[in-house]
Amino acid sequence: MVEEEGFRRYIAHIILWIGIAIVAFPVYIAFVASTQDNALIANGQMSLLPGGHFFEVYYQTIFVGTSGSTREPVGNMMLNSLVMALLIAVGKIAISIISAYAIVYFRFPFRMPIFWIIFVTLMLPVEVRIYPTYKIVADLHMLDSYAGLSLPLIASATATLLFRQFFMTVPDELLEASRIDGAGPLRFFWDTLLPLSRTNMAALFVILFILGWNQYLWPLLITTRDDMQTIQVGIRKMITTTDALTEWPIVMATAVLAMLPPVFVVVAMQKLFVRGLVETEK
Amino acid sequence: MQKQAIFQSRLLPYALVAPQLAIVLIFFYWPALQAVIQSFLLQDAFGLSTTFVWFENYIDLFKDAAYFEAIVRTFFFSFAIAVSSLSFALLLAVMADKPLRGSMLYRTLLIWPYAVAPPVVGVLWIFMLHPSLGVLSRYLRNMGIDWNPLLDGDQAAALIILAAAWKQISYNFLFFLAGLQAIPKSVFEAAAIDGARPMRRFWTVTFPLLSPTIFFLLVVNIVYAFFDTFGIIDTMTRGGPGTSTVTLVYKVYSDGLLGGNLGSSAAQSVILMVMVIVLTGIQFRFVERKVTY
Repeated sequence: MVEEEGFRRYIAHIILWIGIAIVAFPVYIAFVASTQDNALIANGQMSLLPGGHFFEVYYQTIFVGTSGSTREPVGNMMLNSLVMALLIAVGKIAISIISAYAIVYFRFPFRMPIFWIIFVTLMLPVEVRIYPTYKIVADLHMLDSYAGLSLPLIASATATLLFRQFFMTVPDELLEASRIDGAGPLRFFWDTLLPLSRTNMAALFVILFILGWNQYLWPLLITTRDDMQTIQVGIRKMITTTDALTEWPIVMATAVLAMLPPVFVVVAMQKLFVRGLVETEK
Repeated sequence: MQKQAIFQSRLLPYALVAPQLAIVLIFFYWPALQAVIQSFLLQDAFGLSTTFVWFENYIDLFKDAAYFEAIVRTFFFSFAIAVSSLSFALLLAVMADKPLRGSMLYRTLLIWPYAVAPPVVGVLWIFMLHPSLGVLSRYLRNMGIDWNPLLDGDQAAALIILAAAWKQISYNFLFFLAGLQAIPKSVFEAAAIDGARPMRRFWTVTFPLLSPTIFFLLVVNIVYAFFDTFGIIDTMTRGGPGTSTVTLVYKVYSDGLLGGNLGSSAAQSVILMVMVIVLTGIQFRFVERKVTY
């Protein structure tokens, strides 16, 4: 190990704390603003220390919502975001793991073309095909529904590739063994392969949950009813940049609430998160 | 590479791939095809009739100064976001890679912004730097800067770049740290024995060994700046003032929705698709993704 002189170590500590401060500062300000009186903020007189309106502001945000622009309680928006994020994460994992299983463990006509059809979807995010996708979802009467929110975002190949890669590393002896035990393809999948994939599924779930929770453009387009809004869309409708009437404490409380679930997931499941992030980029 | 041990079944594999295939065909290929078809059509003002116009939508786009500006702007944003975020993240990662007490804590405290959604990032930053009530705007004004990103296009662009780069720090940090930890420590020891000072060790040993990671992150950051900045822009400036923060994705959105010009919006989508395919192609072709953790 190369010895670091004490002085250099101090510098490293200082730079890292500056980095942490830069990263945390906007969130600290948001939290502080969410505990203060709106009049004070609107005057540009906001204090840099937390105020005394914490409970009042968060109660109103979660259960009532703003009094102006959107009268939707943020609690409800969070529920919508949660359902969407879970549907995307679970749906993607479910359909990907079975199609990867078919592609790795079976030989059938059109196997490779099917693999390529799925693989190509890696390249195009939903942003580049928004209006045609919107039209299809509208034709299928899925606007303002959870299916409309989640299905188009499930259509991507990352998870399939990940599972395919993992299945290739599973020793062939396992299959031979379970075949000797008289297990068919579904039994083998359920009793052997699924338990082995648990860590991969968990890592993927963490990443997909965060991605799902943070979706913005797609929900913005296909939700018209206020009660189907996700929190990311709701927060945008709360700020009217030209209007002095924005209720900033509520906006900031919403921002804090919007960050809470995904940030909690990253911090609490850091190992899985890092693993998922690195694996999905392969 | 293929498995030797496999199952025999005629119908089961099709049943297993069917759900994904159905979703991909309905929500991916069909819309993408529609975008391509639509890009060759021109709708009249009332949406009553459409005519096939070959490449007119594309030609109009490339004649359109606003579209050209949006291309230049998008690349400029991407470059500025990537360079600022990557260099700051690299500095932090090099520091966190040292054998320091509490390095796990540092990592935790630096990676969580990955989970903050783009529109929330936009809200956080516009609030801090809002012309009339932002807590940081006070200091800028005291320093004699006439700060108003809602009226000044350059300041608005700077704000977008700052916010977008902020969000991407954690992602870049994580991959840089992984890249640094994958470099065998004996390499540094050898350089140290040869008498290379730490700064020199960084530029002659660390940096070249990290170049695959840097290149990989560069592509990821550009793709990020292309697409994920939409939420930041939409909450902060909505493309304004004027068109000074309209990027390519924002233009697809606003031309299709607000302008109702679906043919042009579709042509823009197709151009974006081609750009992403090229970027992904570059990534697959040149990047050695050997990041291990």
